[in-house]
Amino acid sequence: MSTALEHPTYNYKVVRQFAIMTVVWGIVGMLLGVILAAQLVWPQLNLDLPWTSFGRLRPLHTNAVIFAFGGSALFATSYYVVQRTCQTRLWSDRLAAFTFWGWQAVILSAVITLPLGYTTTKEYAELEWPINILIAIVWVSYAIVFLMTIKQRKTSHIYVANWFFAAFILTVAVLHIVNNAAIPVTAMYSISIYAGAIDAMVQWWYGHNAVGFFLTAGFLGMMYYFVPKQAERPVYSYRLSIVHFWSLIMVYMWAGPHHLHYTALPNWAQSLGMVMSIILLAPSWGGMINGMMTLSGAWHKLRTDPTLRFLVVALSFYGMSTFEGPMMAIKTVNALSHYTDWTIGHVHSGALGWVAMITIGSMYHLIPRLFGRTEMYSVGMIAVHFWLATVGTVLYIASMWVNGILQGLMWRAINPDGTLMYTFIESVEASGPGYIVRLIGGLCWIVGMLIMAYNVTMTVKRGEDARQPLPQTA
Amino acid sequence: MDTGTFRGIITGLLIVAFIGITWWAYSKRRKPDFDEAAQLPFADDDDDLANRDKSASPNGADSRKSKGERNT
Repeated sequence: MSTALEHPTYNYKVVRQFAIMTVVWGIVGMLLGVILAAQLVWPQLNLDLPWTSFGRLRPLHTNAVIFAFGGSALFATSYYVVQRTCQTRLWSDRLAAFTFWGWQAVILSAVITLPLGYTTTKEYAELEWPINILIAIVWVSYAIVFLMTIKQRKTSHIYVANWFFAAFILTVAVLHIVNNAAIPVTAMYSISIYAGAIDAMVQWWYGHNAVGFFLTAGFLGMMYYFVPKQAERPVYSYRLSIVHFWSLIMVYMWAGPHHLHYTALPNWAQSLGMVMSIILLAPSWGGMINGMMTLSGAWHKLRTDPTLRFLVVALSFYGMSTFEGPMMAIKTVNALSHYTDWTIGHVHSGALGWVAMITIGSMYHLIPRLFGRTEMYSVGMIAVHFWLATVGTVLYIASMWVNGILQGLMWRAINPDGTLMYTFIESVEASGPGYIVRLIGGLCWIVGMLIMAYNVTMTVKRGEDARQPLPQTA
Repeated sequence: MDTGTFRGIITGLLIVAFIGITWWAYSKRRKPDFDEAAQLPFADDDDDLANRDKSASPNGADSRKSKGERNT
């Protein structure tokens, strides 16, 4: 990497590393998703091998997209935003470099151990205890770098994006350490210190807050910086952003039990989870409206700027999935939707529509700037990527809605004598067409990501070439 | 104190906290500070200009001032 790209004040090296790995892990994680979608259409694609079976590749897919793709994006953007809005360099270059290499080591261990079948069986926390210790060390280092950078800021305010990033970093540290508390038995096997219903409650307190803080608060930090930047106007209401922040983090903590409706969890805990999930609609939509209204007076920019389109459509999907979520948390709705493909569709409307789109929009803003340019190599390719991603997401969630409601209705249908009307396998057969549509949606996404990879490669190359022959312009 | 009273008190405290934060955030006295804070993403744009590749977008530097007119 040429030294001409080094910023006089800021540490852009670690941001560049994380930004490139965001694209790489995005392709890996989504390709795994496409393979899994294809396995549900053609089960033979598991090749009859244990390492490529659905049960082992599925946690690899979720870990790759959430922690490798989403995680790298959060590291990249939080390090970039905290430096630019605090107008100071990262507190320690060496510790920041450690977080990069440490995090990549965590991901590589996941890529090796999950297909081999090592798992704690906790959803989104499948990695075994030695890797969990490494995650904890890397994460605490991340917290130190980030918070110390805020501490040495040259500005009087801490910009709202940094509040969201800080809440995300601190909460994820607490969630990870509490949920993974376990007694090691062998080098790659441990037993959770929690038992029974308490284990389930701790797991979904973790699981839902991983959604709330990793996949929401962190990416809202991204939103509060990159939407104003790309729209070239300040956030609609800074006051609303403060109310948004405090109410979101106060309410999210309590919503976890909605993952355990009609289980052994005490009924009052289920009802509490339901009520808190419904209340959550208010702060979620407050944030969405704040992001959307930032564009007031600048809507025409959507016509010419596909990067901004990514960011705004991400907000639309965020609004949609944060409406769908509270609705699905209502116990009577949950009685129909739970354990069906509707849940998978809901997750992907958040994961593809919100998380991936806001990330991709932010990357298209960030990457050229990190490599000494103001625009990506091809704006046209961004537009193509945008349409592939949007169409892919719509195909995905629409097919899963149909499948989910179909499955829910078939499972609860009973004959006049009280026996079940359908066998389980009949509901699986009925889901076939939906799985094909979902696969097409996934293929749209992976093609879009490959176009992004090409666009990024050319941007990086041109950024470096432009510096070489004309040193006087630098 | 029974559990129900305890829960009631917690709910009450959370409502007070919410109203307090909202009142604080929307008080007139805070407005100038928040307006300034909202500009923070643009505060180091000059520094950005020095690093800009002029060939890529000749109007890039002015676009923030021109707001609406440019693309109409």
